[in-house]
Amino acid sequence: MSEVSVTKDAGGPGPATDKLVVLDNVNKHFGALHVLQDIELTVARGEVVVVIGPSGSGKSTLCRTINRLETVDSGRVTIDDKPLPEEGKELAKLRADVGMVFQSFNLFAHKTVLENVTLGQVKVRKTDKQAAETKARALLDRVGVGNQADKYPAQLSGGQQQRVAIARALAMDPKVMLFDEPTSALDPEMINEVLEVMQQLARDGMTMVVVTHEMGFARSAANRVVFMADGRIVEEATPDQFFSNPRSDRAKDFLSKILHH
Amino acid sequence: MDVLLDNLELFREGFVGTLSLTATSALLALVLGLIIAGFRVSPVPPLRLFGTVWVTLLRNTPLTLLFLVAFFVVPQILFPGINSFLLAVVALGMYTSAYIAEALRSGINTVPMGQAEAARSIGMTFTQILRMIVLPQATRAALPPLSSFLIALTKNSAIAGAFNNVDLFNIQKTLSNEGYNILVIFLWITLGYLAITFTISGLFRLLERRMEVAR
Repeated sequence: MSEVSVTKDAGGPGPATDKLVVLDNVNKHFGALHVLQDIELTVARGEVVVVIGPSGSGKSTLCRTINRLETVDSGRVTIDDKPLPEEGKELAKLRADVGMVFQSFNLFAHKTVLENVTLGQVKVRKTDKQAAETKARALLDRVGVGNQADKYPAQLSGGQQQRVAIARALAMDPKVMLFDEPTSALDPEMINEVLEVMQQLARDGMTMVVVTHEMGFARSAANRVVFMADGRIVEEATPDQFFSNPRSDRAKDFLSKILHH
Repeated sequence: MDVLLDNLELFREGFVGTLSLTATSALLALVLGLIIAGFRVSPVPPLRLFGTVWVTLLRNTPLTLLFLVAFFVVPQILFPGINSFLLAVVALGMYTSAYIAEALRSGINTVPMGQAEAARSIGMTFTQILRMIVLPQATRAALPPLSSFLIALTKNSAIAGAFNNVDLFNIQKTLSNEGYNILVIFLWITLGYLAITFTISGLFRLLERRMEVAR
């Protein structure tokens, strides 16, 4: 488990009360598998929610329903009080406000790093090309890969690619950022460089939903930990409460398996 | 040698005939193939159905039958007096478009799902994703079959010659009627076809090198 020390903004203003992401009684099946069962989750503006749980518990699926990369069978997903529409122009517009970072980076392989970060700005936000480039370079500097702007994704290390992917999502000025196991495909020595960028984002007040196995990150950056197992949210608590005193047996069992060393 | 020098004008006419028929129907086939490939991967079910029907129908019909329909049925009931070059272009272009659509679709399938998902999640629309993200990467994988289908199209254009469209194959009939040695005629005609097909494969080799995507 990698540890990134960070001081969470504990004394500052707590997360605003308005609800940015709401999942209301969401259900989803993959064939016979009931992968999301009666999910109720509210993420407030500025809040960092970390979703943890064993593999196959539905946490990635949960994350992907928030920008409708996965459709739901029943229930409602709303973002900033707008229910997610059907596939089409309206949904595309809403998705632009929801940044997503994938486990496998998914940078556009035929475009340079800089183009990866300007594309959405120019084609979706209709930003002027020059302005988009200035912003892209600033973001790439911020995540520490400014000197790689003219390379292609395949020429970068995994950690660098993932930081570019974060910059690409940030370029859209998203209201909320979704991270779907952002460090699971990385070599151990590259995990921290990605986590540090995420820590910084959390400190800057970005609303984040993070699916991860990095307990150190959950402890230090999360306002709330959501523990999932078998398609259900089993437990929700502050990181301190959850890690020192989990209520459910399922969580106790999970923590005993990963925290004993 | 005599047959070529004596009939240089006729050979030139035949070569230009084959070249222009190939080029025009290749253009039509590529445009139609691109649209149909888009339909086949579209999220809209009626478009997908249309794409499937198009490919199934055209790919499973013998080309000669298509030409028969184009040359004898279409002018009779739809467009009387339509020019034979145009009919040949439509028949060849539509037939080849089915193959090109499938070649492109196989290319599209080689592009990892994550590429389209990443594009969706920054708010790009389906057409934007297809045009800017998926097709540029799919084309590279589709180039080898595309070049095969365009070469096949070049040779298939000879069928139009049998339907009295002036091309390399067509002038062979004229010349053998004039009593020249058929073997020598075929030699020169073959060289004419080879000139076109070698140009196509050369062009695609160049494209393949230029469109390399590193992963």
